[in-house]
Amino acid sequence: MGFLDINNVTKSYGNVEVLHDIDIQVNEGEFLVLVGPSGCGKSTLLNIIAGLENLTSGDITINDRLVNHVHPSDRNIAMVFQSYALYPNMTVAQNITFGLEMHKVAKPERDKALSEVAKLLQIEQLLDRKPAQLSGGQRQRVAMGRALVRNPDVFLFDEPLSNLDAKLRVDMRTEIKKLHQNLQKTIVYVTHDQIEAMTLSTRIAVMYNGYVQQLGTPHEIYNAPANVFVAKFIGSPAMNVIPATVSVSGKTASAEFTDGEGKKISLKLSQSAKDLSDGQKILLGIRPEAISDPDNADKKSKNKQEFTTKVSVTEPSGADTFVTLSLSDIDVVARLRGDLPLQISKAAPFVVDMDKVVLFDPETENRLDI
Amino acid sequence: MSAPSQDTAVRNNRITITFIYVTLIVFALFYLVPLFVMVANSLKPLSEITGGNMMALPKEWTIAPWLKAWSTAQIGVEPTGLKPYFINSIVMVVPAVVISSIIGAINGYVLTKWRFKGDTIIFGLMLFSCFIPFQIVLIPMAMVLGKLGLSGSVAGLILVHVVYGIGFSTLYYRNYYAAFPSELVRAAMIDGAGFFQIFWRIMLPVSGPITVVCVIWQFTNIWNDFLFGVSFGGQDQPMTAALNNLVQSSTGVKEYNVHFAGAILAALPTLLVYIVAGRYFVRGLMAGSVKG
Repeated sequence: MGFLDINNVTKSYGNVEVLHDIDIQVNEGEFLVLVGPSGCGKSTLLNIIAGLENLTSGDITINDRLVNHVHPSDRNIAMVFQSYALYPNMTVAQNITFGLEMHKVAKPERDKALSEVAKLLQIEQLLDRKPAQLSGGQRQRVAMGRALVRNPDVFLFDEPLSNLDAKLRVDMRTEIKKLHQNLQKTIVYVTHDQIEAMTLSTRIAVMYNGYVQQLGTPHEIYNAPANVFVAKFIGSPAMNVIPATVSVSGKTASAEFTDGEGKKISLKLSQSAKDLSDGQKILLGIRPEAISDPDNADKKSKNKQEFTTKVSVTEPSGADTFVTLSLSDIDVVARLRGDLPLQISKAAPFVVDMDKVVLFDPETENRLDI
Repeated sequence: MSAPSQDTAVRNNRITITFIYVTLIVFALFYLVPLFVMVANSLKPLSEITGGNMMALPKEWTIAPWLKAWSTAQIGVEPTGLKPYFINSIVMVVPAVVISSIIGAINGYVLTKWRFKGDTIIFGLMLFSCFIPFQIVLIPMAMVLGKLGLSGSVAGLILVHVVYGIGFSTLYYRNYYAAFPSELVRAAMIDGAGFFQIFWRIMLPVSGPITVVCVIWQFTNIWNDFLFGVSFGGQDQPMTAALNNLVQSSTGVKEYNVHFAGAILAALPTLLVYIVAGRYFVRGLMAGSVKG
């Protein structure tokens, strides 16, 4: 039993089921990120936790209390909305203390809580302003202040950073992380941004089509994605998924495919040959950083495989250069050192760290757990 | 090449502007002439009107026609002037406008933020009341008022106007609140505000512009209504019915100057509402646009 339990929750609108059997246990102090593309059901799930939408079946418990039929204001939760949802007619101070006022907290206590939160978020000088007079980042802080002041069991964040510009978004991300480290509160955070998910969370639930595709630590999600969807959704540039054929000889298995010019490439797999059969079709999942030039290959890797192929595009980004190769009829991206002298349309040698390669079944698209 | 073309552009512009101004001034005069005639003739002795030019300014200025229209003119059988009817109208209009606007605001709030199954159908049915001609409901309405014991009273008239006004006021508020972010309502729900607390503390404070629109509309319509007034007013007839009695009386001399003064008196409140509230309306729009 966790601190916040989502037990077999389903949600239907009429005949359409939009959430299927969601089962997540969140421990106290955990930072759970729900991540997925638009329409995957992550915001619906958050609204169900908040009590803003009813679930069709299943249970939600917060701090060992069943809250299925508890009004949002009595669940001891606080929510930060994408649009901040600050009351435009109230000052910052009134916005922050509105919830306390509604819960009939006495004025002196409200003022005390307000000044503590204002100090924590460094918004003391803004308390008399109206939301319209604030910048995006300041509004964001006020919205967080409104959540913090209630001292809830669970914080819910609904894409709180997506209305900010790129620079501010990174700053606020760091602040949210700091806030979580200092307060050690349970947080459920919805985002479609996989970088936010990776950087903030203690655990990630990747959602797609109303299913939780994978629930795990950022490390697990990144290095052992449960299926092709998770593999491609998390990480930027996305993981390369290359169709290949297994060739077994003795105890070793190799993955074989052709490059853009029809040349055959064979890479010896780190996975054991006994779980694979000769001629089996697989999908090879290779992160861009697992492909490197021979000089910069990971020295610790036990299985490095070299091949030569033509470079089709190079995209220098300063620290790294992203190189596109054509393998097995798809564009494969490799993340290489920034100052590597590579020429377009010329063949060059590359090394793959096969220990980091994962295999998927082309039929089910699930990871082959071998 | 560019210099002459710019010159032409400027000259064209001047011609256009002159044309626009001339047109506007002509139309403004066209609309102002009746007002001028009314004001000028209401300030003349009757002999100047019957004896001469209606377009001329008064030779002898007098406010006697205004005083007569207000307090001593013959309305029906009583020489009461328009004053008691003016008061009747005020007593009828103010509650009718306030009640229909409040109900419209609550309807709009429910129809957009507390949606339920069939809410669009209910809204559609309410909209029907905007299109139903007054004449159709006269007899059923008379029966209902009779059953309620409200026939021939100001209270009855208020009820009729509230019922008729709800359609429009609901339409206004519903469309205004449809653009109001639902996240604010959700945030207030999580903060623990109830149905009416959200309405009073969150929705109403930002409803200024639409309230002004609604009040102007309702005030003008209810004040100017004649049919319901004569039909259901009984002894407490509104201003419009009294004005009709004043102007249409078939006995005695037709005192045109008194009629003009009475007509202006009857139109004054709506004019006032437009002038006063109209400014707030524009201000409200400006405030909204800057907020972003």
